[in-house]
Amino acid sequence: MLETFTQLADWLAYGVLGLGQETRLGGAIHFFVEDTTKIFFLLVVMIYLIALVRASLDLERVRGYIQQHNSFVGYFLGSGFGAVTPFCSCSSIPLFLGFTSAGIPLGITMAFLFTSPIINEVAVVMLWGLLGWEFTLAYVLIGVLVGVLGGFTLDLVKGERWLKDFAAKAYQKAAAEGSGAAPSLAERPRLTLKQRHQFARDELKEILGRIWKWVFIGVGLGAALHGYVPENWFTENLGQGQWWSVPAAVFAGLPLYSNATGVIPVMESLIVKGLPVGTTLAFCMSTVAASFPEFIMLKQVMTYRLLILIFVILLVNFMLVGWILNALSPWLFAGF
Amino acid sequence: MNKIEVLGTGCTKCTKTAEKIEEVIKEAGIDGVVEKVTDPSVMMQYQVMSTPAVILNGKLVHSGKIPHKEEVLSWF
Repeated sequence: MLETFTQLADWLAYGVLGLGQETRLGGAIHFFVEDTTKIFFLLVVMIYLIALVRASLDLERVRGYIQQHNSFVGYFLGSGFGAVTPFCSCSSIPLFLGFTSAGIPLGITMAFLFTSPIINEVAVVMLWGLLGWEFTLAYVLIGVLVGVLGGFTLDLVKGERWLKDFAAKAYQKAAAEGSGAAPSLAERPRLTLKQRHQFARDELKEILGRIWKWVFIGVGLGAALHGYVPENWFTENLGQGQWWSVPAAVFAGLPLYSNATGVIPVMESLIVKGLPVGTTLAFCMSTVAASFPEFIMLKQVMTYRLLILIFVILLVNFMLVGWILNALSPWLFAGF
Repeated sequence: MNKIEVLGTGCTKCTKTAEKIEEVIKEAGIDGVVEKVTDPSVMMQYQVMSTPAVILNGKLVHSGKIPHKEEVLSWF
């Protein structure tokens, strides 16, 4: 089905515009047309369908569910729900306080917040369309693991010691009472199909309105890389998976503040040009998940010490992801 | 007079929510003042987990997204 978009790009770039297939401009334009049309088509269809299904999933429910599993499973739940729950980063603070005052350990709350920007329906749809399902699956698993490991490490070093006073008190109070603040889990009436449709329509409008520029920027950068970076440049210069290329990628990604939408088309180009998969993913995660605006927000509930600790844990995780994937990639991604 | 507080950490959605409410109540002739609140401990007090959230006369009536016009009217 997705070949339609390749044919469309063939027709437009080589036919209508008359560009040669071997020229740089022709390659770049072809990439741009194919990817933007494909991505927008997939996004519209998938965001709507996914929103229909998850219209009934809300944060109170998620919190109630996580609360019942305050053991090791909790990290996976936190991270997993971070992946599937619709959530805007501007809600980080209220979510954090809502979880904390319900007695959910810091590590589990942070597992949710770590994974949330990495995995969302937009990222999954784009990866699937551009890089195939094997890669998408690997990306999702790694995103969840980064959250779980990050959260687990935070609890291991008792990170809650360095919460701001009012947040720490709320947590201690809830933990002492056992169940914490009673979750306001009033029985909600079942949603009708019409309400689901309205929710899905709102979601589609809201998400597309937010990300359409990023699709163009991301695909534009990807197209430029695709057309203008020589075919084997990365393979020749970094293709051996030199160990230092991973930390270099992580640090290169830090100052770039983007969301998954903008980075994924760039990833596609980097991988096609022979940059090792682990290095590419390390770069991507660092761009998406470790963003300064987010950290500045968390400052309202955390001390600098805790913030720096979280930052370091994330960076170490990204590097581990990069190194491990590079080491495994000859077996895992034979096709790339 | 109605007291309407919009809770949020200052993102664009919260600003838009406040503007929307002001616009709707003005149009409908409802008497009220809209105020933005960014203090996280207030959010904790109302157990709000997703912003923008709307407090009408001390009671939580809405959270999570920019409200539709009909939704705003339904609170009063």
